[in-house]
Amino acid sequence: MFLTQWEDRRVIIKKRLPKKYRPPTLDKQIRTYRTIHEPQLMHAAKQAGVPTPLIYQVNVKEGTIIMQFVEGKQVKELLNIQSEKERKRTCLRIGKSIGRLHKSGIIHGDLTTSNMIVDPEKRIVFVDFGLGEKTNELEAKAVDLHLMKRALQSTHYRVAQECFNTVIEGYSSALGTETAKEVLGKIEEIEKRGRYVTERRT
Amino acid sequence: MRKRTVEMNQGCCLGIESTADDFSIGISTFQGAILANIRDTYVPLEGGIHPREAARHHADVAAKVLEESFAKSNVKPHDLTTIAFSQGPGLGPCLRTGATVARAMASYLNVPLVGVNHCIAHIEIGKLKTGVEDPITLYVSGGNTIVTAFDAGRYRVFGETLDIALGNCLDVFAREAGLHQKPDLPFGAVIEKLAAKGHQFISLPYSVKGMDLSLSGLLTATVNLLKQEKYALEDLCFSLQETAFSMVTEVTERALAHTGKKEVLLTGGVAANRRLQSMIKSIAEEHGARFCAVPSEFAVDNGAMIAWTGVLAYKSNLTTPIKKSFVKLRWRLEKVEVPWVR
Repeated sequence: MFLTQWEDRRVIIKKRLPKKYRPPTLDKQIRTYRTIHEPQLMHAAKQAGVPTPLIYQVNVKEGTIIMQFVEGKQVKELLNIQSEKERKRTCLRIGKSIGRLHKSGIIHGDLTTSNMIVDPEKRIVFVDFGLGEKTNELEAKAVDLHLMKRALQSTHYRVAQECFNTVIEGYSSALGTETAKEVLGKIEEIEKRGRYVTERRT
Repeated sequence: MRKRTVEMNQGCCLGIESTADDFSIGISTFQGAILANIRDTYVPLEGGIHPREAARHHADVAAKVLEESFAKSNVKPHDLTTIAFSQGPGLGPCLRTGATVARAMASYLNVPLVGVNHCIAHIEIGKLKTGVEDPITLYVSGGNTIVTAFDAGRYRVFGETLDIALGNCLDVFAREAGLHQKPDLPFGAVIEKLAAKGHQFISLPYSVKGMDLSLSGLLTATVNLLKQEKYALEDLCFSLQETAFSMVTEVTERALAHTGKKEVLLTGGVAANRRLQSMIKSIAEEHGARFCAVPSEFAVDNGAMIAWTGVLAYKSNLTTPIKKSFVKLRWRLEKVEVPWVR
């Protein structure tokens, strides 16, 4: 992935290079699938009201996507330095965006704070849909949100709980309290499936 | 006070490991010389590990393993400064057996007890034995599949399995295929041998979710194909290994890119697999990081790792009063303070 100039625009060229460690058949399969699906999901996200970079060109054979370079700062950098009030605003908007994605059956697949960029217009732009999928399954939504929680815990441990609660608040407002509750219930179930989870038995 | 300073340099710690099917005792000096590392493994006649049967095995062999470790190390019980034991995570009955031995010894010898987190012990012995200092660790065994690294006072979990562990996935497939294991040839090694003869890659579910991964669907799909009897067992083993290992390698690489660490440590029972080693080595090289696989004796569950981590904890004044030495079946590694790591 690199930043470059393309027809007077600052763009990101995302090239999925072959990975030597995996068998060529599997490698091709993964790269092709992700190169095709990523732009489709980004397009669908825009329709759902979640800002994503503009797509300029896709080359499946080479595994490349040329997309808009989004100026701004990663939420990852901001969250640890923001005031409590700012942080709340950020997380609320992140939650709303995730809610909108899920409402349209879009699973991001890698919800971490480094995949969210605050642009000059203060919009939170979601990037990197490479691990995403299109589905309305409750399970997929719950795993998606669970990943957000895990990302907060590993990178923003000091404020993780507070942030996740606010994300849920925003999520519920976009998706409806009922559905949000179902997803939260499913998250609990998924966490219990994991190894060595303290919440397993009460 | 003076006695304490002498202890800091000349002490000796005995560590007891009993989280799952292994009962092992190791003895480590305060400098990190491993004087003994004796292990006795419970091998079920059929099926997986039955926790109660495994615990019974541990109780049966405890005295023998203890004697052997004293004989091997030339250490006398009264030379011990402290007793460490695996306090969790693991199987309840197995953990309790090891803990009982540890408590009995500590109170008989009147030395402090140290409860050690099993996952942390894997990382610490890996660091001691390979010389890495601040690695991304991929810990893959029958019970664990974790990508972890040190950050701000704790080992943080960057990625892990959402359901079953990698070793568990391989073991269950091996049993479904009617394969047999021996103490010196575990299921993982049997599968590795068969996989080396496979060459047709069969497409199986590949499930990476962010930094986490899911293996249960892969296992089910592979077992279903096995039952259809359409494919050679060698090809199924090959495809299962390639798919599962590619998944753990992808998440390890992402953690490596995310943290920018310069070392990768591979440990746990599955670390003995050559194919997995070569995959992890490949991504380490790509990121200019040093790759180290923990030597097999110290990568599988072993008492030495508990003894050495017991030393580290003891030196940081972290001992466990007997009253608080109850076992913790689901003790996550990011809950543990590790003041000995800078």
